[in-house]
Amino acid sequence: MEDEQSFSDICGGRLALQRRYYSPSCLEFCLSCPRISLRSLTAVTCSVWLAAYGLFTLCENSMILSAAIFITLLGLLGYLHFVKIDHETLLIIDSLGIQMTSSYASGKESTTFIEMGKVKDVVINEAIYMDPVKPHGISQVVPLFQSAKPRLDCLIEVYRSCQEILAHQKATSTSP
Amino acid sequence: MVLKAFFPTCCASADSGLLVGRWVPEQSSAVVLAVVHFPFIPIQVKELLAQVQQASRVRVAVLGTWCHRRQEPEESLGHFLEGLGTIFSHEPWLQLCRERGSKSWSCKATRWQGPASSAASGEDQVMLIFYDQRKVLLSQLHPPAALPNRQAGDATASAGGLAAVFDTVARSEVLFRSDRFDDGPVQLSHWQSEGVEASILVELAKWAAGPVCLLLAFLLSLVSAAGACRVFKLWPLSFIWSKLSTCEQLRHRLEQLTLIFSTQKAKNPTQLMRKANTLVSVLLDVALGLVLLSWLHRKDRIGQLADALIPVADHVAEELQHLLQWLMGAPAGLKMNRALDQVLGRFFLYHIHLWISYIHLMSPFIERILWHVGLSACLGLTVALSILSDIIALLTFHIYCFYVYGARLYCLKIHGLSSLWRLFRGKKWNVLRQRVDSCSYDLDQLFIGTLLFTILVFLLPTTALYYLVFTLLRLLVVTVQGLIHLLVDLINSLPLYSLGLRLCRPYRLAEPSALGIPRLGSPHCRPEHAGVKFQVSEHEAGRPLRLLMQINPLPYSRVVHTYRLPSCGCHPKHSWGSLCRKLFFGELIYPWKQRGDKQD
Repeated sequence: MEDEQSFSDICGGRLALQRRYYSPSCLEFCLSCPRISLRSLTAVTCSVWLAAYGLFTLCENSMILSAAIFITLLGLLGYLHFVKIDHETLLIIDSLGIQMTSSYASGKESTTFIEMGKVKDVVINEAIYMDPVKPHGISQVVPLFQSAKPRLDCLIEVYRSCQEILAHQKATSTSP
Repeated sequence: MVLKAFFPTCCASADSGLLVGRWVPEQSSAVVLAVVHFPFIPIQVKELLAQVQQASRVRVAVLGTWCHRRQEPEESLGHFLEGLGTIFSHEPWLQLCRERGSKSWSCKATRWQGPASSAASGEDQVMLIFYDQRKVLLSQLHPPAALPNRQAGDATASAGGLAAVFDTVARSEVLFRSDRFDDGPVQLSHWQSEGVEASILVELAKWAAGPVCLLLAFLLSLVSAAGACRVFKLWPLSFIWSKLSTCEQLRHRLEQLTLIFSTQKAKNPTQLMRKANTLVSVLLDVALGLVLLSWLHRKDRIGQLADALIPVADHVAEELQHLLQWLMGAPAGLKMNRALDQVLGRFFLYHIHLWISYIHLMSPFIERILWHVGLSACLGLTVALSILSDIIALLTFHIYCFYVYGARLYCLKIHGLSSLWRLFRGKKWNVLRQRVDSCSYDLDQLFIGTLLFTILVFLLPTTALYYLVFTLLRLLVVTVQGLIHLLVDLINSLPLYSLGLRLCRPYRLAEPSALGIPRLGSPHCRPEHAGVKFQVSEHEAGRPLRLLMQINPLPYSRVVHTYRLPSCGCHPKHSWGSLCRKLFFGELIYPWKQRGDKQD
């Protein structure tokens, strides 16, 4: 079963949280980030081309204009492929692990999977400094939803459902 | 815990039969390795499993039944399948069922709770995880065979849930050796059941590798014995060898070739990758070198180069002379001390004159030398680039000399100034205590000290200017040489085989340290991230959850970082702060430390 809610991130953009409930032991959250805005794209392209045209009037070399076109295209492709994240997904599978996927605007997906045995807990933390001080028994803190940057209300929803699954898993693992 | 059934994707279209695999009780997961088809004789199946268990030390057993029918199984078949459960007793007993042509699966796991009626048997919730057997086998995410605390028949307890799956599949290779064309008593279905995978080129290469490696290893040992000969350790030669970067590069290449053609087999996948990377890097180097060689020898380019070399050297010397004339006048409007200026300027001008005579002496031989040096490009592009770097160093030797003179003079002046400044203030450097102490000087000591101090202070601008100009020139030459060395390092250390593998066979390169497997050579990998990813297949209510497990390949940046080859190690070890400090105090800068560096 699926349901969708809309939240806002720390900068005020709109986020959509989709929750898919596959079974009592499997849950998926999909958080979609605000899309690339036409205004900023036009602004960047215009500024690059104005600068190139300015250089062209100084140097009278038409290679500058072609170079500017190349740079704009390559920059846009690079931005879509390496920087702009379209949506982030969190998949929790009871007794297997937690998987985080970031899908970029060009379709590339980068996935990380952590086994359940290595997961101590899922928490909401006020601020993370990534100090080298290691708390007792924990070797790494992994931040989630780094790109979407949702606000506290969205995080509470995710946190509640994660804790339900983790509790369910602990309950069934203790029983034979 | 939810029961996880790992099912190979190749068996999803196989006919009905028995499920054969391994049950891991700690993770409550059943790893299905193959399907045994009807008709079979239970005794023969048990014999086969005992053989496999002995050969691979994996506790292979019959886990349950697999049913692939057009419609729901009939009553009689249902009883037959349950009857099999009593012959091959295994707890829990899996019953997987799929309708032919549809995507709906059903699975049941029953546990016999004792001699009471079957109505009292419990049922567990089952999760189906599909995996590609071939990729899992080839991804080498299983622990290496030489773990110290191995127990017979079981994976080590420290291996995580998924590592146990990979380990099971990898160690059961003997089960996958029979295909359906064998006339054995038992018909199995697995990833190699259509025919065992092999390549004739690989087999031929393996067969030829033995004698070829022996021959080349012998030749290389001869070469290295000749190189380690006593003659080369005598003082002038050993000094020259240590300063030339070409010798360093040749030595590095010789080491790499010895590694590739050594007759020992690689002990683990890391060593194999390193060998493969080194081989591909050497081959690429030689190919690029041959391209350069053919380009040089076409249209007599070497002759053109030799003809252009002397005028260029002359031009550089002339420019230096102009520079010195400018310094001897009033450079940038500054007023220099006339006498010191003339002395230093004339000294350096004489040096340049000597240098020009030397170049002109060498000019008839330049073309021959260049031609022979150009031949060395067939050893590799890196060797050619190292020779270029050495030629630049030799041609700008006078700039290096000027830098050393200027730096020494400036350094002496700075030390003198600092010591006399202390005298001026009535203090002294205490060598015993390594600190500045107050001291009472005699009047004549103070007088002479102050006089010398004044002289040095007024001569400082002249010396400082000469030092500045020649340091800048020297830094320019060092930058050019540094760029060439950077390129050589890049060619030396780029792991091309791993990058090619990541492009064409990404499942071979996943992150093994995730699954609790010790990994050599890269202790700073993040250990929590497993090399797999999961995808949820279409889910219908009431049906079991189906997941697809795929290998998650390393990103390109991590491939380069993990598999990069060790380079010569000739990198500058200064930070920017210490570099500036050395420049200010006039200490000599050695841009790269070579092995056995001589102290100045």
